[in-house]
Amino acid sequence: MAKLVSQSRFADPDAAFLALVEARRGLSREQAAALDTRLVLILANHIGDLDVLGEAIALAKASGPAPAL
Amino acid sequence: MAERTVGGKTTGAATERKSVYRYGYRHSPDQDAGAPVRRPVVVVGAGPVGLAAAIDLGRRGIPVVLIDDADRIGEGSRGICWAKRTLEIFDRLGVGEKLVAQGVTWKLGKLYHGDELVFSFDLQPEAGHKMPAFINLQQFYVEAALVERAEEIEAVEIRWKNRLTGIEQHNDHVRLTIDTPDGPYVLDADWLIAADGARSTARDLLGLSFSGVTFEDKFLIADIRMAADFPTERRFWFDPSFHAGQSALMHRQPDNIWRIDLQLGPDADVAEEQKPERVTARLKRMLGDRPFELEWVSIYRFNCRRLDRFVHGRVLFVGDAAHQVSPFGARGANSGIQDAENLAWKLAAVIKGEAGAALIATYETERIQAADENIAHSTRSTDFIAPHSEAERDLRDAVLALAGQAEFARRMINSGRLSVATVYDSSLVVPDEDAFAGPARLGAPLPDAPVRRRDGRDGFLLETLGDGFTLLAMDGEAPVAPPAGIALAAIGDEVRDVAGVVAARLDATPGAVYLLRPDQHLCGRWRQFDAGKVAAARDRVLAAGAGLS
Repeated sequence: MAKLVSQSRFADPDAAFLALVEARRGLSREQAAALDTRLVLILANHIGDLDVLGEAIALAKASGPAPAL
Repeated sequence: MAERTVGGKTTGAATERKSVYRYGYRHSPDQDAGAPVRRPVVVVGAGPVGLAAAIDLGRRGIPVVLIDDADRIGEGSRGICWAKRTLEIFDRLGVGEKLVAQGVTWKLGKLYHGDELVFSFDLQPEAGHKMPAFINLQQFYVEAALVERAEEIEAVEIRWKNRLTGIEQHNDHVRLTIDTPDGPYVLDADWLIAADGARSTARDLLGLSFSGVTFEDKFLIADIRMAADFPTERRFWFDPSFHAGQSALMHRQPDNIWRIDLQLGPDADVAEEQKPERVTARLKRMLGDRPFELEWVSIYRFNCRRLDRFVHGRVLFVGDAAHQVSPFGARGANSGIQDAENLAWKLAAVIKGEAGAALIATYETERIQAADENIAHSTRSTDFIAPHSEAERDLRDAVLALAGQAEFARRMINSGRLSVATVYDSSLVVPDEDAFAGPARLGAPLPDAPVRRRDGRDGFLLETLGDGFTLLAMDGEAPVAPPAGIALAAIGDEVRDVAGVVAARLDATPGAVYLLRPDQHLCGRWRQFDAGKVAAARDRVLAAGAGLS
């Protein structure tokens, strides 16, 4: 079973972050959210592993603020 | 509503639904008996599922009384899509060819986002099957054909206008109270098959309830009469310009009838939306100026739910009485017919004393597995079509937005994963000791294939199987003599695999043998015939796996 890699994998992490920043530059929060949603689908398919996807979802949920009830 | 004639039978005016076929109530001597008469099997509900169960049992020599509270088959917006496996069952029961000839055969599905075609799929990409992937045919035609077939079988007696009003459970039978135009009577049955649909009286009488979900979205379902040359395909739209923000589905039926489903969202006003002028306006946006007549209109909310158990003492639940799904995937009526088939041979074997009552429990395990599969698929489809929140809709819309350019997204679009037979994962199969490849799978129905008779007639593999256990044997060096109680279907001399398709689909080598259950599901296979192993596999089924592992 594949494991989620959360150690840095980019030779140049700043450049990777910049690429994502530039993708959303000039967008409204709503447009950026829609872009992110498509990106999530594209990247999830590229990973192609339900276990890794599950771990990534768990990490994302655990690192954000708890949802308001 | 006006009288009309369909299929040669005169219809009568009715209050809610026009009746298409009408049958007569007949007084039964059972109603005058001093003490309750005892019958081996009573089936309640003369819908397709109850009729299929009664016919299957009757063909196996089990006397069946089939009761129904009506005396007619009504028209209306019900099951229209009959899947390949269901048609194979109908073929074994003797009505398959007739229904295929009557129905509209289709196998292509098309998905649109907005007004653009984003994806099309072929449900039967290979040739060499007797039955098509799907036919569309009004449920009343299917019911009428099954009634006609049931009437040919001496062991089956249909009692119209017999309404079930009471069930008393006893250790080895049930006592039923039945109301008729001549008043009530009492009938005992060793077994009661409850095929009385989504609003099952039998279920209410036993005080049973469902577990599952009800979806908030409402859907308009309309059957319209229209001369149109639209293709014979299943067409599904997400957010089309003619019905913005919602989904739409269109299917062709015989007689120039078209089925249209329009999603209305959770807040739709049911009374308002059913008004003909309102429906007509919605349909005109879809169909343009093409003339059409409304045949039948209703508003539905869908459920995906089932009983926790299908076997309650001597009461056996099948079809919608046991489980319900949304229509996306055509898994309702099709799974009901497959319930009936799974139950019929098992119940017959138990009644004849060939199997212990434990075999009935495997009806429940196998068909709950199937129901859970159907509910899971149907729930996912409905979730995709009618997302629960804005946040979920955004994700769904992102899939649709990507679909034009990315294959993976097209594969995620879910407008209904269409019904296929369940591969039973139960104790009734003997695990492979030899390796087999190919599409045939243990626990699944045998794949069909073309064969040729010695006299040159072309036919199909499934037609060579009988109603009982069958050993399918590929021609080899050693003669094959199956143990008592198992029929032989030999491929080689009388029935020939001229195209090599049997060998390919079964990964068959000379001398290989395949044991089929009475419902054509594969329960064991070996590279070489061994009478002891075949007998043990059959005994394992009849003993319901008891003591074997």
